[in-house]
Amino acid sequence: MTQELNASSAKYLRGKYAIVGVGETAYTRGSGCTTRTLGTRAVRAAIDDAGLTTDDVDGMMSYSYNDSTPSPTIAGDLGIRLNFHMDVYGGGSSIEALVGIAMGVIEAGMCNTVVIYRAMNGFSQVRIGGTGRGGRSALSGSGLFTRGGGLSSAGQMFCQSFMRHMYDYGTTPEQVANVKVIHSEHAANNPKAYYKQRTTVEDVLSSRMIVKPLHLLDCCVETDNGTAIVVTRVDRAKDCRHTPAVIQSVVGRCMKPRGDTHYQAGPISTVAGHYAKNILWPNAGVGPEDIQVTGSYDAFTFTTLLQLEDYGFCKKGEGGDYVSSGVMRLGGKRPNNTSGGHLCEGYTHGVNMVIENVRQLRHDVDDSCPVGPDGKRQHTFDYHEGGCRQVKGVELTANLGWGTPGIGSAMVMARGG
Amino acid sequence: MALEGEYLGMPVHIDKTNREYFDFFSYCGKRELRLQQCESCHLKRFPPTTACPFCAHPESTWERLSGCGAVYSYGEVHHAIQPAFRAHTPYLLLLVELDEQRNVPEEFDGLRVQGNLATADGELAPPDLVRQVGIGSRVKVLFKTIGTDLAIPLWVVDDEVEQPDNPWRYPIE
Repeated sequence: MTQELNASSAKYLRGKYAIVGVGETAYTRGSGCTTRTLGTRAVRAAIDDAGLTTDDVDGMMSYSYNDSTPSPTIAGDLGIRLNFHMDVYGGGSSIEALVGIAMGVIEAGMCNTVVIYRAMNGFSQVRIGGTGRGGRSALSGSGLFTRGGGLSSAGQMFCQSFMRHMYDYGTTPEQVANVKVIHSEHAANNPKAYYKQRTTVEDVLSSRMIVKPLHLLDCCVETDNGTAIVVTRVDRAKDCRHTPAVIQSVVGRCMKPRGDTHYQAGPISTVAGHYAKNILWPNAGVGPEDIQVTGSYDAFTFTTLLQLEDYGFCKKGEGGDYVSSGVMRLGGKRPNNTSGGHLCEGYTHGVNMVIENVRQLRHDVDDSCPVGPDGKRQHTFDYHEGGCRQVKGVELTANLGWGTPGIGSAMVMARGG
Repeated sequence: MALEGEYLGMPVHIDKTNREYFDFFSYCGKRELRLQQCESCHLKRFPPTTACPFCAHPESTWERLSGCGAVYSYGEVHHAIQPAFRAHTPYLLLLVELDEQRNVPEEFDGLRVQGNLATADGELAPPDLVRQVGIGSRVKVLFKTIGTDLAIPLWVVDDEVEQPDNPWRYPIE
């Protein structure tokens, strides 16, 4: 049943496309404005950041759970005439997939430059954690197993995979809590992070239980924000303001067998990355050992851990050791989610982790280091609380996006010349 | 034609056009746990689907199972999202691996059913019972009537078989 991809050929566009602009609004709980405003501001910020004008953009994409504003409206507000647009359904695992689609539509001659955004009032309007919205409609068919079984939020849907990982491999609550601890250290060096307070393992384990094995602090924050990135061809990127983040490889919404009911197939402590890695690394021409910074989706502490394992950053079952060893910490061998990620910076369904890696590759993350005469920060590489969060000499990053245990996306980016 | 009922204050309506689920829950109403078995490759499957996930064949028959299995994994909800469940925390989200078709068609595959742990009279399990169940616990199906000719499967501790000495539980109670 395995479909082998020949992912080693140059025709897979390695090194031909880049992210040239990134933008976001403030990460808040109470934006006081519509997703239309958030989307417009983020898209405009990303275009400005790229050193482009709205006239340079002719493609637009977004994703949502029907909780956002579609691209014709955002483009309309900014006076952009689009040659291509597409608004798709989905959350986590969308952004990397949409980067791949943007490359494809540009390659097909359908447009030149694509802005991708996610605009959400994820706290003040539609909370992903669940508000009971839709709770009044009748239970019908599969709904008797989900809502009818008290099984509806992301944490409730994923908890059995996390619990089984602990059973299969002896992963401990203390090990997993380190994901939050480390991401909170990174957030403390990120002036835009919603939660900048450093957290301890004890803080995580003493926070109230949501759904075992997830304490409150094992779960990500919910926030309101717009985030956007600009994708174009590398030869156009030379006219842009910043060093481009060049896309080496993309995997989009790759599935486990029976991905819709992933708990039926195989060990449930194995996630989609186990399959996605067979596309990601050959396409990129590098392996996990070459990656200097990771952005492993942290909807929960566990999602970071399971993905790092299945993409091969450590042996299967050793994720608990990996996340508690210090490897993922700023100053460690391979920092993860240096912005603080979803656990601390803000919840964007994956875009902020891509934005952060783009900035890391520019060697220009927006920490508190002083700005020099060239407009770039003079990074100290001193990672004390409130200090620097730029990783030294970053050339290669990986983003590992999570949809469910059964669905994942990924992307490798390199620092452009 | 539809199956109509109510569970924990939530209305239930399964239309006949949703054929596979209509059939599954109709059998539950007869107190029979039946899963689809492919007419071509003869593998059973769960949840109900419109074709065989192993060979794509569209036709199947409904085969009766013992309703016995072991807890393969679980989650324990302390913060309920839905109002209907708030009075019942903590409650267990069981993933029950049925005794039939284990490690088929591949190693680590199985017939796994999502469901809640319940008492013998079909109420969501109280905290002291919740704390007795973990990975490896032996459970059996219990049908709770929620409408005319309509029941849902819940899971109870199987007192007729030997239980593991220490079913695996999350290390912090």
